[in-house]
Amino acid sequence: MDLSSINPAVLIASLMVAAVPIMLAAIGELVVEKSGVLNLGVEGMMIIGAICGFITAVETGSPFLGFIGGAVGAAVLSLIFALLTQVLQANQVATGLALTLFGLGLSSLMGQGYVGIKPPATGMVPFGPLADIPVLGRVLFRHDPMVYISIGIIAAVWATLKFTRMGLIIRAVGESHDAAHALGYKVTRIRVLAILFGGAMAGLGGAYLSLIRVPQWTDGVTAGAGWIALAIVVFASWRPWRVLIGAYLFGGISVLQLNLQVANVPIPPEYLSMSPYVITIIVLVIMSSGRGRAALNAPAALGQNFHAAR
Amino acid sequence: MFTLEKRPSPSQFWIWATPVLAVALTMLAGGGLFALLGKNPVDAIRTIFWDPLFGEFAFYLRGQLLVKAGPLILIAVGLSLGFRAGIWNIGAEGQYIMGAIFGAGVGLAMFPTESRWIFPVMIVAGAFGGWLWAMIPAILKTRFNTNEILVSLMLVYVAQTILSKAATGFLRNPEGMGFPGSRNFSSFPAARNTDLIAGSGMHWGVVAAFITVIAAYVLLQRHILGFQIKLAGQAPRAARFAGVAPTRLVVMCLGISGALAGLAGMFEVTGPAGQVTIDFASGYGFTAIIVAFLGRLNPLGILLAGLVMALTYVGGEMASTNLGLPSAAIQAFQGMLLFFLLAVDLLSNYRIRFLKGRAV
Repeated sequence: MDLSSINPAVLIASLMVAAVPIMLAAIGELVVEKSGVLNLGVEGMMIIGAICGFITAVETGSPFLGFIGGAVGAAVLSLIFALLTQVLQANQVATGLALTLFGLGLSSLMGQGYVGIKPPATGMVPFGPLADIPVLGRVLFRHDPMVYISIGIIAAVWATLKFTRMGLIIRAVGESHDAAHALGYKVTRIRVLAILFGGAMAGLGGAYLSLIRVPQWTDGVTAGAGWIALAIVVFASWRPWRVLIGAYLFGGISVLQLNLQVANVPIPPEYLSMSPYVITIIVLVIMSSGRGRAALNAPAALGQNFHAAR
Repeated sequence: MFTLEKRPSPSQFWIWATPVLAVALTMLAGGGLFALLGKNPVDAIRTIFWDPLFGEFAFYLRGQLLVKAGPLILIAVGLSLGFRAGIWNIGAEGQYIMGAIFGAGVGLAMFPTESRWIFPVMIVAGAFGGWLWAMIPAILKTRFNTNEILVSLMLVYVAQTILSKAATGFLRNPEGMGFPGSRNFSSFPAARNTDLIAGSGMHWGVVAAFITVIAAYVLLQRHILGFQIKLAGQAPRAARFAGVAPTRLVVMCLGISGALAGLAGMFEVTGPAGQVTIDFASGYGFTAIIVAFLGRLNPLGILLAGLVMALTYVGGEMASTNLGLPSAAIQAFQGMLLFFLLAVDLLSNYRIRFLKGRAV
């Protein structure tokens, strides 16, 4: 056992990278759930984003286009969910599961020619001399653009939901679709747009996994990240900044358990690699038990379908 | 344009017609997918849906159909009880793995004893393993109001790491030269789940699946628990007034589905799979969700749906060896089936009214 090999600065820097995919997927799902829709297909959308982004980046040689491709691919998939639940009134839980099952199959089909290829590298944001500050530079200023963009997205979602008219409408639709409908808001249209946003964010997160975090394509590359993102939304009790905290927490756990495996800690590696999932469960329990606030803060119309009788 | 008009009660015709329609639509869309992959769609669909039943090797493949359908039906019947009551156990894959580990573990502990009591004890252990794994989300749901969807799913990943630990560690074959994987059950007659009639594919798991279908049918039609399950799903408020205890329902539904998934895993690992390996679980727990919906959450429907889904597995394997169709295509095909099912389900709950030239 050699714990001294774990460098705290490197650990924090790598947990920021590890947190990006779940953070992006979770903030997208947060907006979807705020509008009253429960999309359990995050895992499927993420993995479609991962393969679409990977293919686009490899074919064009541009990681930037890769991220766009991932977001578009996953948004197209989420459109199926929107069509089924918003137009055809299908059960949201079942449709979300279908999205995940279909996404896992389709992604492994699409990715067949792309196993073992390295994607084009994404450069770091050039901060110049800032990156050379001893510890702080390593932690804060030596990352790829997506690390900063994801934090920017959190801030944007927070500001939009809290301060803008659009945010108010999204929340109104999620709290009571009947009231929002009576006020003249297009419930279905707003929800479809929210679902598309959620899909695009999950796709960005997936593309980040296959382009930067891993970086290569393997079947099932997301390994439950989409489900953890769903759990983080509950953990965050539907507040954007807590999504950031949650994602860093889980990013930290997954990085730390890898570091502990490398450092030969006398815990079997199997038990370490199951720790992110076990801790997710524990956190869910704490958040949803009597004293937790998650249950109180959930959007009132979450998971209910809306069918305008008139 | 058209508008939707909610039916006062679901259409009896469409309830049974929608699964057939969904399968037909999936064949069309799947044919399109296979054409995109450069395969002849008619050939591919015929290889998947026709050849296993009536083709050249049908005598062998029909047995395979039962082998695949057994676990799917066993798991799906359990899941359907919960789905009816609005209790979403989607971690059947994990319960399936734990059932296999418990069942196989008990059997392997007694190697090489020969006794007719070993196999029944293993069956109980398998069901217990799945039940235990399902009790985690059940108790967390009833005690702490934790979402059972997320917990049961997270436990799949935990079960998978336990499985890899079992295959490389505590259940590894001591005479296996250090290779991962347990002792093979084909060399342990007392614990082996063989075909009851050689070559028919009819093993104890298939028998259990048939028994389960009948038991679930009786439960839903004749037993108070079945009535409570249906009531809780259709009118949760009315169910509370009628004195249905939600806690008991959650524990029962998750417990039954977990035990059945555990049974399926135990029968699979001692029969068709033969040994505990890292990758012996092939996603039956997830495919069973599709089977449950394809069978309209009805035990008899699930029996048929399980056979149809088994057809896509067996036919899919045929198509991948004969036509070079990637096996992932079949997985996408199965996912597509669930989409179409959920989409056409609209027809049983709503009427479509076409409006002529009038703004909506």
